[in-house]
Amino acid sequence: MTIEMLGARILSPYFGGSLSVWGSIITIFMLALALGYLLGGRLSTRTPSATIYGLFFVGAALFALPIILLADSIMRPIMIYIEDARYGSLFASIFLFFIPTSILGMISPYSVRLMVDKEEHSGHMAGLLYFISTLGSALGTLGTSFYFVLWYEVNQILWGAVISLVLAGVAVLFFENTIKADVTVGSGGYAKK
Amino acid sequence: MAVVDMLRNRIHAIFSELIQLLALMFFAVNSNAETIHEERSKYRDITVTQVGERRCLLFNVHRGDRNQTCMMLDDPNRLVFDYTRMSFAGLLLQQAPQSILVIGLGGGSIPMTFADLFPSAQIDVIEIDDAVVKVAKEYFQFNESQNMRVFVGDGRPFIKRAGLRGEKYDYIVLDAFSGDYIPEHMLTREFLEEVKAIMTDESVLVANTFSTSRLYDHESVTYQRAFNEFYNFKLPTSGNRIIIAQLDLLPPREELVEASRRLEARLDKYGVNITDYPRRLTTRADWDMSRRELTDQYSPGNLLRGN
Repeated sequence: MTIEMLGARILSPYFGGSLSVWGSIITIFMLALALGYLLGGRLSTRTPSATIYGLFFVGAALFALPIILLADSIMRPIMIYIEDARYGSLFASIFLFFIPTSILGMISPYSVRLMVDKEEHSGHMAGLLYFISTLGSALGTLGTSFYFVLWYEVNQILWGAVISLVLAGVAVLFFENTIKADVTVGSGGYAKK
Repeated sequence: MAVVDMLRNRIHAIFSELIQLLALMFFAVNSNAETIHEERSKYRDITVTQVGERRCLLFNVHRGDRNQTCMMLDDPNRLVFDYTRMSFAGLLLQQAPQSILVIGLGGGSIPMTFADLFPSAQIDVIEIDDAVVKVAKEYFQFNESQNMRVFVGDGRPFIKRAGLRGEKYDYIVLDAFSGDYIPEHMLTREFLEEVKAIMTDESVLVANTFSTSRLYDHESVTYQRAFNEFYNFKLPTSGNRIIIAQLDLLPPREELVEASRRLEARLDKYGVNITDYPRRLTTRADWDMSRRELTDQYSPGNLLRGN
């Protein structure tokens, strides 16, 4: 959500601040999450492991790096070739946000798989995960729009999100065999950040 | 019988006129304007009101009325607001612009005045809301023509593209407001650099801002970094602050005074008292220079204004 909130800020110099730019960003985030949920669920059926789980975090962080490092070289040609700001912002959102957001989407269903050991607990665990990830989203939105943008530059906030993701991933990999369940719950909060 | 009928009609007419007059007085006393048109657009609620001959365009009526533009129907040339009149102070630095760019249409009074002043100039207007364009045409006598083009879209990408194509404008007016203030992406240093890219040494930039808000300091610092110096233009009767900048060094005041004398007669019918302006233009910094510059990376306009 932090990245989503910053999305408009990142795109507006190239595509303006019109409503359609927000529409593009939200659409792409939703599509990416949907695909991520689907793939994450699929992946969880074959040999689920905390290692793969931890790699989701690291992978999302890596694929978020172009937002910081390559924003101009991605958006400038799009702006030049696509005159219509609606489609320009849609394509820019795809290139910038689709992959990292998809990977983040994979975390939730995978978490369910790792945490559920008995079938009768599955609803409870899924509920808990939704609770944590949605709470994380709310905090990410609030923190970013109310405070972070006042205190930091856009790229600093993005670096913060990237580092949080890497730390969460490393934590998962590190504690993989010891306190698996706890870490999973703990990291869930970062899932949509 | 015919006489009675005539009398009755006469009384009728007088009576209805009286009612109209009373209604007008009522509205005038209450300053409660009559709404003649309402429109919901993608971005805002647009309301057109009228009191007597004064017709106004308002945005977001529910969140506090703000007259975007007014015009006098019996004197459409006359510019009603200080800030629209002040927008022509740039003529002191550029007296014969041949290409003019206006960001933000409103009721269209600024571009229409330019068209009237400089019939051969090419005027481009960028307005994000097509409903505003429609209302300006229907209710504020705004017209497109060969020399007057309106582009519906965001100002920033338009300027960025124009810069990439190498286009230049002699006179640029920044008058884009969304909701409460100038959109954040049109307050940044990077944006001003893009504006500079469509300016020549002869060009002048005129930006309409508010003089009351915490953003004032940030804005001033940002313009100062981009242009080194600029004229700060305020009137005691207005809450607006107009920034006037050019790429070159600013001319000495005597040149402005001279220019104002040459322009005086032509600007009179619009109500622009140009000879009063030169002494109001100052390069003196009346802002907190330690404030942070606004950039694409740091432009929390909404949050800064709240404090």
